[in-house]
Amino acid sequence: MTIADVVAPTTSPNVLRARPAGFARDVSAVAGRALRAVPRDLEAVFPPVFIALFFFIVNVASLSKLAQAGGHGFDYKAFQMPTAILIGVTGVSRAPALVLDVQDGYLDRLLMTPIRRLAILLGHMVADVAVAIALTVPIIVFGFVIGVRFETGMLGLVAFVMLAALWSLAFAGFGYAIALKTGNPAAVNSAFLLFFPFLFLTSAYVPRSQLSGWLDKVAAVNPVTYLLEGLRSLVSQGWQWDDLGKSLLAIGVMGAISMSLCFAALRGRTARG
Amino acid sequence: MSSVAIRTNALVRRFGDFSAVDGVDLAVEEGEIYGFLGPNGAGKSTTVRVLCTLLAPTEGTATVAGFDVGSQPGEVRLRIGVALQDAALDPKQTGRELLRLQGLLYGLPKYAMAKRVDELGELIDLGDALDRPIATYSGGMKRRLDLVAALVHNPQVLFLDEPTTGLDPVSRASVWDEVRRLNDELGMTIFLTTQYLEEADLLCGRVGIIDRGRIVAEGTPDELKHSVGSDVIVARVDGDAAPLRGIIEGLEGVQSVEAHGNELVIAATNGSAAISPVAVALSTCEVTVRDLTLRTPTLDDVFLELTGSHIERDDTNEENDR
Repeated sequence: MTIADVVAPTTSPNVLRARPAGFARDVSAVAGRALRAVPRDLEAVFPPVFIALFFFIVNVASLSKLAQAGGHGFDYKAFQMPTAILIGVTGVSRAPALVLDVQDGYLDRLLMTPIRRLAILLGHMVADVAVAIALTVPIIVFGFVIGVRFETGMLGLVAFVMLAALWSLAFAGFGYAIALKTGNPAAVNSAFLLFFPFLFLTSAYVPRSQLSGWLDKVAAVNPVTYLLEGLRSLVSQGWQWDDLGKSLLAIGVMGAISMSLCFAALRGRTARG
Repeated sequence: MSSVAIRTNALVRRFGDFSAVDGVDLAVEEGEIYGFLGPNGAGKSTTVRVLCTLLAPTEGTATVAGFDVGSQPGEVRLRIGVALQDAALDPKQTGRELLRLQGLLYGLPKYAMAKRVDELGELIDLGDALDRPIATYSGGMKRRLDLVAALVHNPQVLFLDEPTTGLDPVSRASVWDEVRRLNDELGMTIFLTTQYLEEADLLCGRVGIIDRGRIVAEGTPDELKHSVGSDVIVARVDGDAAPLRGIIEGLEGVQSVEAHGNELVIAATNGSAAISPVAVALSTCEVTVRDLTLRTPTLDDVFLELTGSHIERDDTNEENDR
C-alpha cells in the first residue's frame, strides 16, 4: 500500500474531510479515552479503595463499642460508611493523566484539532464521575455484607452514590486547576494534602455533637461536615431534605470554587497570546 | 497559476522582550515542499506553532489554506496536519486508539473510521503493533505513527517540525520517502523545518534559512548553493585562520574567502584549478595545514557565509565526508 492509496489528493472531492465533530462528540471522545486508560492505570484507583475499606474495617472494629455505648440504637457501621465512601472518592481524578498530556505534548496535539477547549476538561470530568461511581461499589457492598441498610431504600442508595460522585468531581477541580496551571505531576500529587483538612477536621469519626472546642468550630465551616450529614441521613434516617439540601449546597460551593479555578487554568493553558 | 498555501507578512512572535520570530515574510505555494532550515533556537518551531494556531502572532499576519491563524484558528485547524518536533503521543493508548480518537475529533464518520485506521496502520507497516500500547514502540515507530496521525483527515497543508530528528538513518530515509510521496502523488503542501542540511537539500523545492528569528536567505537549494560559488575549498589550519585571508583573496579564480576560527572557506569558480595555488600560498605561510578539501557548496556554506556560524556541526562533517 502506498501513501496515495490512503491519503486523498488535496483537490479530490468526495473524500474524508475534517469538520467540527460537535461538542457532545468531543466530550465523549475525550471521556472514552480517559475511561480506557483506567484499567491500564489501576495504581491510580486501587489505593483509594483499599485505604477506604481499611479505615472502614479498622474504625468499625475499634470504635463501634465505644460509639454505641450510649445505646439509642446508634449504628456505627452505618455512621462510618459515608466516611469510607468519601475517603474512597475524594481526590480520584484523571488530573495526573492530564499533566502527562501536557508533558508529552499530547495536549498540543489535541489543541491542534478542531476540539472545543472546554470539551478536553469536561471529557475528563465525565470519566471521573464514572470512576467515582464505580469506586463506591466495593465499599457499599462491604457495608451491606456487615449489615448496613439504607433507610431510604434503593432510591436513597442511588442518591447516596450520586452525592459522592458529585463531591468527587467538585474536589477533582482543584487537581485539574493545579495540573493545568503548573503542568507538574508533583504539584498535582500535592493536591492530596487538601484531602486531610477536608476529610478529618469534621465529623468523620464521631457525631458532630461529640466534637468540642476548636474542632467543632472548624467542622462547622467545613463543607464535608454537611456532606457527611446528608449522606448519613440517607443511610440512617430517611429522606431528610434539610440535610440533603445542605449537602448539595456544600458540594455546590466547593464545586464553584474549584471549577472557577480549573476553568481559569484551562483558559491560561490554552491561551495563544 | 497556483495559489499560496501559507503566507506570512512581517510575522513577529515575542516572549517577553525576546523576539523568537522577528519579521518573517513567507509565501509557500500550494503543492510545494518548503524547507525551513536553521540551527536550534533560530525560530523554526515557534513559526510552526504560530502557523498551527498554538500561538498567536504578536505582530504581523499569517494565513494558512486561505484562513487567518489569528482570527480564524478553527478553519485553519480543519485544514492542517501537524507532526511536531517531539512525537506528541499518549503512551498508554494503542496506535489504533490514537488514530481513532484523531478521526473522531476531526469529525470523520464512524462508518469510515475502522477502514481508515486500518489503511493508515498498513501504510506505516505497524502490523500487530497497532494494537499494542504506544509505550512499547521504538522511536521510529512512534515517529511514523505521529506522521500518519497528522494525515487522518486528509489535510491540505502538512507541517513537519524536525520530523527526523533523533531517528536512525533507515527510519529517516523512510520518513523522507513518505514525505516525497505525499507531495509527488497527492500534491500536498508540506512545510518542513529541519536542522539537517541533507534533508532540506533532498526534499525541498525551496528553502528558507532562518537565523535569530529572521529569514536570511531563500531560494531553491541549488540557487542558494550557487550564491556561494561554484566550488568550495576548505582549509583547516592550526591556529587562527583570519590572518591568512588576505593572502588567499588575491589568488586567481578565488571569489571570496571567509575565515571562521581555524577554518578558511574559499569560494572559487573552478575549484580544481584554484586548489593548487591555494595549497602553494598556504605553504609559504608559517602555519600548519591540517587538511585541504575541495567540494561543491552546501547549504551550510550558505549559512556560514550569511551568519558566520555553522547550522549543525555533525551534519557539516557528514556532508564533507560524502
